[in-house]
Amino acid sequence: MSIQLERRKAVQTDEVAGYERMLEIREFENQINGLFAAGLIRGTTHLCLGQEALDVALAAELRPTDTVMATYRGHGVALALGLTPESVLGEIMGKTIGCCGGVGGSMHLADMTLGLLPTSAIVGGGIPIAAGAGLAYQLLGQDNVGVAVFGDGATNIGAFHEGLNLASIWKLPVIFICDNNVYGEYSRIDKTTPLEDLHMRADSYKMAHYAVDGMDVHATRKGIKEAVDRARSGGGPTLIEAKTYRFAGHSRADKALYRPEGELEKWMERDPIKLTEEDLVKRGLLDSAKIEKLRADMTKTIEGVVATCQAAPDPTVASMFENVFTK
Amino acid sequence: MAAMQFRQAIVNALADEMRSDPTVMLFGEDVAEAEGPFKTSEGLLAEFGPVRVRDTPISEMGFTGAAVGAAILGAKPVVEIMFIEFLGVALDQVVTEAAKMRYLSNGKLSVPMVVRASCGSGLGFGSQHSQTLENWFTATPGLKLIMLSDAQAAYSLTRAAIQDPDPVVILEPRILYAKRGEVDKNVKIEIGKARVLRDGTEITIVSSGQMVDVCRAAIEESSVNAELIDLATIIPWDRETVLNSVKKTGRLVVVEEAPLSGGWGSEIVAATTSALFSELKAAPFRITSPDIPVPYSGPLETRYIPTKDDVARQLKEVIATGKTPKTWWEMEGLK
Ligand SMILES: Cc1ncc(C[n+]2csc(CCOP(=O)(O)OP(=O)(O)O)c2C)c(N)n1
Ligand SMILES: [Mg+2]
Repeated sequence: MSIQLERRKAVQTDEVAGYERMLEIREFENQINGLFAAGLIRGTTHLCLGQEALDVALAAELRPTDTVMATYRGHGVALALGLTPESVLGEIMGKTIGCCGGVGGSMHLADMTLGLLPTSAIVGGGIPIAAGAGLAYQLLGQDNVGVAVFGDGATNIGAFHEGLNLASIWKLPVIFICDNNVYGEYSRIDKTTPLEDLHMRADSYKMAHYAVDGMDVHATRKGIKEAVDRARSGGGPTLIEAKTYRFAGHSRADKALYRPEGELEKWMERDPIKLTEEDLVKRGLLDSAKIEKLRADMTKTIEGVVATCQAAPDPTVASMFENVFTK
Repeated sequence: MAAMQFRQAIVNALADEMRSDPTVMLFGEDVAEAEGPFKTSEGLLAEFGPVRVRDTPISEMGFTGAAVGAAILGAKPVVEIMFIEFLGVALDQVVTEAAKMRYLSNGKLSVPMVVRASCGSGLGFGSQHSQTLENWFTATPGLKLIMLSDAQAAYSLTRAAIQDPDPVVILEPRILYAKRGEVDKNVKIEIGKARVLRDGTEITIVSSGQMVDVCRAAIEESSVNAELIDLATIIPWDRETVLNSVKKTGRLVVVEEAPLSGGWGSEIVAATTSALFSELKAAPFRITSPDIPVPYSGPLETRYIPTKDDVARQLKEVIATGKTPKTWWEMEGLK
């Protein structure tokens, strides 16, 4: 089994490994934030701090043969599904060891052995594509599911409505996961959307829908499992709204000064990593000494990944001419 | 005259138009309270209020279409599309609706709307956020297309576009937003008029957007006595200025940021060749990026777009040999 598939299997079978993956995502994002701030990476980046539980829950409930269409805010999804930190950071740094050979960057991560289609940097772009994955499975008689992960802001774009309607009338094996992190860029969702519970939009498409507590990995897994079971058994699509919060700014340069005072702090009390730690300690699977060690080890591990990626070679000029067409 | 950043020139143009015409309004994603993702609407909400300066949901088709309707019925909307790629989901409203209204109303309707969008490569935004995409618009009669190249053009052409009674798309090279330049608010640039930025006798360079600065640097490096023309309006383009220049120099090169195939430069080269064939000293040619998506990796992206060295080499070569120079990728034996 490849390293990637082993990483995937770990979060599917072992809750502590799932917790460690959340820590990995957290540490990865924090160190990347530092690298961007220090000007060591070019371009832009969109961190998923605060959304780690959803990413890991998704990886735990899906099979590697299911297909995920995620977004530019995709480091966490990629790591959770099993991509190695080297292949994700390598891509973010534009190196040959990146999952896309360095031509994609932070917003475009992919690994089809884990079911991750190239993440889209166009809001809503992936929603009908995930429906299309479901369409292929329906045609080919396979019991895989197509999954779209997208933000709250994406529910205001045409592709969302067209994709959901299509999936509903064709009863496609698809799960639409709206990661409601309260903000679309610098705009709070209530300024752009006359609806608090975004999953209600599926009502008009006669599609199953509900919200899950996206800070709670168990609740999120449960919600995803229900949708996966429905999709695999021919019951059609589901819209899940995971209520989360974007702990960081929208992208690299954003300090998120537009947030109401105290909002971030209130959400951080429900930090998914903290909640998971409390749960695992309560159930005797971890104790505070172990947690401290895991955290310290993870910091070192990611520091090592950074060093590896910094030392990795840049792609050759010739490589950018590859893969425009099938040869 | 005042020195200001390219983005400030846009702010000034929007503000001055809004001051002189109460029907001008601005909307787009995060343009009001956040004053624009690239700070191109700084101070506008404060001065003009929330009726005229509005944030929108992430609904490009919705708000671009709303601009078409509002424009027909008395408003002069300016919509901001953060990256030109995002107009993909709203192209119908611009190309198929707005551009046809006057024609389909027997001349009774006009659509005085402006679509502004950032464009271009060079900042590490990857293949879905780095294109220029002029050719989404160039085969659309009824639509005007502008590409800005410096702060003066940004000020004067943004004002001209807002005043224009027909739909205008303005492409703003993102890499220029922070760049400073002199702006004289009294300078008018007409839509459809090219800007001769440097007189020369040996070759005519027609360029636009961020490639204009590259051409300027290449002229200096090569010491070729080139005439540099910023086309500024890509549709309808200024045939008179370009043809008069080529009559004088006998040579033409068009320098574009977009990939080779399907660029507006082909139109310039074809028209010039047809009109002036017997007067040419060399075959008109184009310098462009290769036919590949914009790559992310730093060394690749900087190599992707034609550099001043590429342009300088090709200028010298065509004058010395009369032959069409090789592209940078042919020189490297690629493709
Ligand atoms: C069609 C389109 N419009 C605008 C953008 C610019 N943009 C990128 S992310 C973003 C906010 C999206 O918000 P949301 O869907 O809530 O996802 P989040 O970023 O919070 O994960 C916007 C407006 C885009 N990439 N594509
Ligand atoms: Mg959001």
